Amino acid sequence: MELLSGGEILIRALKDAGIKHVWGYPGGAALHIYDALYRQEDVQHLLVRHEQAAVHAADGYSRSTGEVGTALVTSGPGATNAITGIATAYMDSIPMVVISGQVPLTKIGQDAFQETDMVGVSRPIVKHSFLVTRAEDIAETIAKAYYIAATGRPGPVVVDIPKDVTDPSYQIPYEYPAEVKMRSYQPSDKGHRGQIRRAVRTLIGAKRPVLYTGGGVVLDNASEHLIALAKKLNYPVTNTLMGLGGYPGTDPQYLGMLGMHGTYEANTAMHHADVIFAIGARFDDRVTNDLEKFCPHATIIHIDVDPTSVSKNIEAHIPIVGTCNSVLPEMLSLIDQSETTPDSDAIAEWWQQIDQWRADKGIYTASRYEESSGNCIKPQDVIKMLYKVTEGKAIVTSDVGQHQMFAAQYYLFDKPRTWINSGGLGTMGFGLPAAMGCKLAFPDCDVACVSGEGSIQMNIQELSTCSQHNLPVKIINLNNAALGMVRQWQDMNYSSRYSESVYEESLPDFIRLAEAYGHVGMKITHIDQLEEKMREAFAMKDRVVFLDIDVDRSEHVYPMQMPGGSMRDLWLNKTERT
Amino acid sequence: MKRIISILIENESGALSRVVGLFAQRGYNIDTLTVAPTDDDTLSRLTLTTQGDDHMAEQIVKQLHKLIDTIKVVDLTQGAYIERELMLVKIKATESEIRRELKSCVEIFRGHIIDVTPATYTVQLAGDSEKLDAFIEAVREMGIMEVVRSGVSGIARGDKFLRV
Repeated sequence: MELLSGGEILIRALKDAGIKHVWGYPGGAALHIYDALYRQEDVQHLLVRHEQAAVHAADGYSRSTGEVGTALVTSGPGATNAITGIATAYMDSIPMVVISGQVPLTKIGQDAFQETDMVGVSRPIVKHSFLVTRAEDIAETIAKAYYIAATGRPGPVVVDIPKDVTDPSYQIPYEYPAEVKMRSYQPSDKGHRGQIRRAVRTLIGAKRPVLYTGGGVVLDNASEHLIALAKKLNYPVTNTLMGLGGYPGTDPQYLGMLGMHGTYEANTAMHHADVIFAIGARFDDRVTNDLEKFCPHATIIHIDVDPTSVSKNIEAHIPIVGTCNSVLPEMLSLIDQSETTPDSDAIAEWWQQIDQWRADKGIYTASRYEESSGNCIKPQDVIKMLYKVTEGKAIVTSDVGQHQMFAAQYYLFDKPRTWINSGGLGTMGFGLPAAMGCKLAFPDCDVACVSGEGSIQMNIQELSTCSQHNLPVKIINLNNAALGMVRQWQDMNYSSRYSESVYEESLPDFIRLAEAYGHVGMKITHIDQLEEKMREAFAMKDRVVFLDIDVDRSEHVYPMQMPGGSMRDLWLNKTERT
Repeated sequence: MKRIISILIENESGALSRVVGLFAQRGYNIDTLTVAPTDDDTLSRLTLTTQGDDHMAEQIVKQLHKLIDTIKVVDLTQGAYIERELMLVKIKATESEIRRELKSCVEIFRGHIIDVTPATYTVQLAGDSEKLDAFIEAVREMGIMEVVRSGVSGIARGDKFLRV
């Protein structure tokens, strides 16, 4: 049998786990591993400019493909720089393995150079973590790490490997485990049959139903089952921020996103619903508004793979613990067999009501903001133009803030895994590195990073990574020279005292900055330039293009739920409320 | 309401810190915690006491179960159970009257005096937490020098048991 060192075993195990790409950054404690990487061709490493970006890129790769992303960092600062990326993946249940170098076992606990207790520091933000103490354990640990990351409710797993465990002079036989078995971890995907029957009865009996679906549908590749269920019943569907694309954004049964910046029709329908069917969604505070006032008339059916998400914030009347992918088909076949059918008169009446709400105050039936004119470009119009130019087929990543909400509202995602954003943690700086991950996975697809001049500067150094690895993403920078969402809150809650939210004259010339990295920069200041320049940008298939677009500085994101209210209590614009 | 939660967990480094960290992270209090390997030394048994209503207890049990190292979790207070705690108390005992009174008190509580010096008695007492509390109150006036309590260990009554 072939003898391998710990470092070689690690890389071979990654290959055997099916991993083709690793995002990372070398350093002292990881050098044995990097040397092993150098001497093989199966696993491609992509060097980033900051470890946070390595993790976000692995995350974007995972979100767009459904595969487990992988990042590799060194000990100490390499490991701590990865933390924000890991927390981002944890909050959105993204399967990922992060391998960190560690100081040698003999030095652990001695405050050695670049020593950080990575297992300790990452503990609250990982699904699980391992400290590998013997080269003999590496292959099995890697197999377990990928198994844990990908199954049940997915999440990031940290594997911390001390330098002496990867010592090239210590060589042992290599064997990758044929299967992983853990007595303490046996995720189940099947829902309880009796509960599923009850759920189907309740669903069929509904008069004002809403399907409220989240990231679980996307993560579980259950979109087709959701569409089949919604179509069969003719029930309305709303998606959470994480669930966008799980149900087609252009379908007539789609109500738009719900929650803090959700549509009037989605939030109002939720409020008046008699049955809410939550599918892979977790009743986040950005959805529910005040829990006491949440959907007072509704019977709640809830499918989630994670029992801790069920009845955590909102009591589920019919809880089903299982995967969307297993439970939804079971429900579909029960609906087929059912002798009762939905009350079509009641459902027709419900649709009539919803259509009225759409016509009155929906953002898709009429423009609810002042149109762009001249040098006043509305950010919403930029997103609409992006949708038009890319024909709704791009993978769109975003950073965090107003631009993120505009993208979520106005780019109508028809397919899952095409809307890539940090929903749970809300990490500024996510967009560009995540876009790199998507572009690596889908080189022939347009990948647009919708950002703002605040967020983009949090990982702007990755423009260099895009050059090195030929990742021609497009950056749509909605430049309002301020932290737009912060300023919106300051307008609404702090009498427009713009505490530390404006950049004044300090912003860089993004065009020259892009050019300095070897990319194309384009400035758009007039609405008449928007379509032409954006088309020009997307025509340059093999170039990174940075579109710096001056947008209306005073624009707010609406609708917006009122604090302490129910779901339907919304600001519709700066002066009008429900 | 007081909850006694029993956990069977892999006896691996980091497992305990994940349990303790979970409580801190989710804002639950730990009143007592005991942990030791079982007859199978690859497994540790934890008994943990906390306060919480039914909703919180359910969340705690589910969150504990979600930890990858956790094999079984049960809220003992949901059924009939036995709890025991061990306590060692060192009491100032220089005067003979106090020594006599203390000895009789220890007998009443079915404890043992396990160390004697001319100036101190050290008492060992086992029982449920209320009994230990009562003993402390009974001897408080005599001059307690030190109290060491093990924290609660719990087990279900009857046929129920926690095992892999």
